[in-house]
Amino acid sequence: MKVKVLSRNPDYYLRETKRDIHKVPRNYDPSLHPFEGLREYTRALNAVKLERVFAKPFVGNLDGHQDGVSCLGKNPQHLSLLVSGSYDGEVRLWDLPQQKCVRNFRAHDGYVRGITFLPDGQQFVTVGDDKTIKIWKTDLPDWGEEEEPTNTYISKSVIVGVSHHQKEPMFATCGEVCQVWEEDRNEPIRTFQWGVDSLHDVSFNPIETHLLATCASDRSIILYDTRDTGPVRKVIMRLRCNRLCWNPMEAFIFTCANEDYNLYTFDTRKLKQPLKVHMDHVSAVTTVDYSPTGQEFVSGGYDKSVRIFEHGKNHSRDVYHTKRMQRLTCVLWSMDDKYILCGSDEMNIRMWKARSAEKLGVLRPRERSALNYSEALKEKFVSHPQIRRIARHRQIPKHIYHAQKELRTIKLKQKRKEANRRAHSKPGTVPFVSEKKQHVVEEQE
Amino acid sequence: MTRYFLNQDCRENKKKPQDNCNESASKKLETHKRSKKKPSIKKSQSELEALVTVVKYKRKPWRGRNHEDDRLAAAKVQPPWTRKSKRVPVQDEKLARHSRGEGLSGDGIKTKFYQKKLKKHEADIQFSIEQAARAELLLPEESGFLVADEDELTTQFSQQQIASSVDIASATKHFDLHLAEFGPYRMNYSRNGRFLLIGGRRGHVAAIDWVTKRLLCEVNVMEAVYDVQWLHVETMFAVAQKQWLYIYDNQGIELHCIKRLSKVLRMEFLPYHFLLATASEEGFLSWLDISIGQMVSQFNTRMGRLNLMTHNPYNAVVCLGHSKGIVTMWSPNVKEPLSKMLCHQHPLQSLTVDSQGRYMATAAVDRTLKVWDVRKLEGPLQQYKLHAVASNLAFSQRGLLAVGMGNVVEVYRDCCQKSADRPYLRHRLFKRIGNMEYCPYEDVLGVATDNGFTSLIIPGSGEPNFDALECNPFQSKSQRREAEVKSLLEKIQPEFITLDPTVITDVHIPTLKDKVEAKKKLLFLKPPKIDFQPRNKSGKKKGTVKVAQTKRIVREGQRREFVKTLKETGIDKISSSQEVESCIASVKHKTFNALDRFKPKEKKQEKG
Repeated sequence: MKVKVLSRNPDYYLRETKRDIHKVPRNYDPSLHPFEGLREYTRALNAVKLERVFAKPFVGNLDGHQDGVSCLGKNPQHLSLLVSGSYDGEVRLWDLPQQKCVRNFRAHDGYVRGITFLPDGQQFVTVGDDKTIKIWKTDLPDWGEEEEPTNTYISKSVIVGVSHHQKEPMFATCGEVCQVWEEDRNEPIRTFQWGVDSLHDVSFNPIETHLLATCASDRSIILYDTRDTGPVRKVIMRLRCNRLCWNPMEAFIFTCANEDYNLYTFDTRKLKQPLKVHMDHVSAVTTVDYSPTGQEFVSGGYDKSVRIFEHGKNHSRDVYHTKRMQRLTCVLWSMDDKYILCGSDEMNIRMWKARSAEKLGVLRPRERSALNYSEALKEKFVSHPQIRRIARHRQIPKHIYHAQKELRTIKLKQKRKEANRRAHSKPGTVPFVSEKKQHVVEEQE
Repeated sequence: MTRYFLNQDCRENKKKPQDNCNESASKKLETHKRSKKKPSIKKSQSELEALVTVVKYKRKPWRGRNHEDDRLAAAKVQPPWTRKSKRVPVQDEKLARHSRGEGLSGDGIKTKFYQKKLKKHEADIQFSIEQAARAELLLPEESGFLVADEDELTTQFSQQQIASSVDIASATKHFDLHLAEFGPYRMNYSRNGRFLLIGGRRGHVAAIDWVTKRLLCEVNVMEAVYDVQWLHVETMFAVAQKQWLYIYDNQGIELHCIKRLSKVLRMEFLPYHFLLATASEEGFLSWLDISIGQMVSQFNTRMGRLNLMTHNPYNAVVCLGHSKGIVTMWSPNVKEPLSKMLCHQHPLQSLTVDSQGRYMATAAVDRTLKVWDVRKLEGPLQQYKLHAVASNLAFSQRGLLAVGMGNVVEVYRDCCQKSADRPYLRHRLFKRIGNMEYCPYEDVLGVATDNGFTSLIIPGSGEPNFDALECNPFQSKSQRREAEVKSLLEKIQPEFITLDPTVITDVHIPTLKDKVEAKKKLLFLKPPKIDFQPRNKSGKKKGTVKVAQTKRIVREGQRREFVKTLKETGIDKISSSQEVESCIASVKHKTFNALDRFKPKEKKQEKG
């Protein structure tokens, strides 16, 4: 007879010394792992609960401004430097890791309207209500020297916004007209006008670098080409757009923050209707900024909340708010795709995590793999009602809650009214208009 | 990196000057290195292979043509990033073992985007299955076996013979415990197979690390003991005593006395749910959540005395055997059995379910033994007539069936799919068998008898390779603690105990029954309640009778309206609850216009 009995040598299964790691032999045979689906579901449920537990997005706030923060400047080269301007004309430079103000000076009389960095990240442009454009260095002035701009341009008309070209020494301002300046000339090299008395935001396309978009007070968005003499295209909306931001990854896509509580993502090739209508704010949206990946964008509104939207989604992924945060004037998504900064009326700049439950700092390999695993689980069980409910749940302030409720009734009422009108009119006279088409009046060329 | 390997190759080649061809090739390589001239095309096969292996693991992005690429092109070898991996294919049977069933074909998917997504998902699953199957190569142990020579039968070998022909460590696994005073005994192995718990009817309870023969504790509870059961770790066990159920720790200290569980005859522990299922003398079946100490469910089965109980490890359903020859399956969520199987014409004597939840073996007093397909609830797959009544049955991890008949244990191999004509092993004990169980991850069958405990060596019964994250026989204290926390975190809720545990991963499609029930519900819909206060037109104070009357008239009208709309829309057509709501809404929102009073009355219109 031949006989063999299972006999395990403990030396193969036990660690040799106490300092050694435990030996963990694995066997992936499914028969040894019963209740696979149910255990995964339980893990997914735990993961999604833990995500909500760890969702503490507020990192810190930068206080020091004497008046409301009007604008923020994103440095294309350095992560740690932030420049902010306020309503009293003061500009402050912040060291973000230390959450400290490193430098402050009075840049303009009246509001600082816009700040933009030069591509090298060493200098930045500010515009103010005093019709001046100033270029500043980020470095501290030498001992004994005064805070002075390296260059000052005086404009003939009011300026309310500025945007620098991605590569060339050229920047655009808006106000009564849209002007394109070169850094070493005191006069604008080009002036664009399309029958509008004021433009309140301007933005250079980061990829199609000659393309330029402005928001005008006649509720339109106008596109220009700096190589051209006149404007290119214009789309008129129901209500005016406050701010516009280009997608840094897709050259032809931009998102604008509108007065009618929505954000609209447009394709420049087809302006007749927006690609997406992003709803969730309950008051006018004042500002928007894209993440460097182009997959998400952040918006701030008059409803005192910051919302994060995914690129192709109609509704927001997350909402940030605090008791003390007032109406938002500017938001910024940091270049490392990890933080969101927002400036608001009540003189503070707040720093948030871009993903609220993300752990800051270095992750150990085991930690990372565990996080990846729970991410995958959440995705796998995303459509289970319990998991979806927990993942979607957010605490929102009372005023937003009530406003949402009110908006819902208003919307229902409009729908009902339209349906009634349709029912009592001659067939075909009250056509169905999709949500996308409702908000655009016309496209002009 | 590549350069380094090339150098090495050259050096190795230099050492073997007898290989002419190689030498010349290496020289060429060297010249190439120095002068950066284009090398000659001619190369030996071995040289080529060396090159290929060097380049194979290089994960460098394409940076245009370079010399290596030239050489590769010259040798007509595709660069590695265009070539499919040449891994050794995995055996089909291994793949089948790890397969989770057929994937989705994606027939019903309309958009290309989702079709592509599904395809990728399926490919990922396939890849993971393949990887898992490949990892079988790393398993350290092989299962035991007993092969007889040509003129022998495996049945003829006694335990002494087997023990004498295996190594010393294995031979110690066959032992007897003579405990004549406190029998008859019952026993239970812990989940990792390391610890043994025995309980004698006359109060003797002992916990043993049976591998090292170390006694953890030994107490006499001074009461009748009906059953013993390890809980999720080896620090706690439950003992069903004469009146109530008690929980002790591994030093024999009484932790809990659970008076809600009285006169318990049998216990089963569901490790993934942390439930202790008990069956009592009075027919009560209860599930106790031992992680939070809460009774999940407790009800009377109305099946009389419950002295046959086992659980299906595949779906955690509790199976009870009854004297009418039926097997009932229970979950804590339903007070009726999930299924009732008439297995025998005679009272059941024992039943067991195999570890993968495929087969159930039942034995009755008419000496029959039947094997059932417990997934389809069909059968019998096999039917045996034994020479004595099988009072005990046990399935091992690898599907060996032990049958205890009086004082004889017989072990059958491959008895579920094929019919086994003779036992694999047989052993005769001195006394009647109390109960028996295979030790997980060992080739051992533990038998508790009237006068003690016997451990039998059954080669090939246990799973050779354990998964340390699931059950680890060599677990240290810290590992045990960590595993306890982990398993508590992924405790499955008792609501999920159903016959099919994979439902949660399936797509929910409402069945015909659901649809019919939804329709039925519609018939009993109540009209919406209205809060109506009649207007006081005249300004005078009116009697409440009048007001009540008006209210009643309006309410009646409302109800009639509702029924009418329901009929108009057609109950057959209404399928979803949303439509019902819209139907209700339409009734609610029908308002009376001031000018409606000039319309002709509807009743008259109908008549005309």
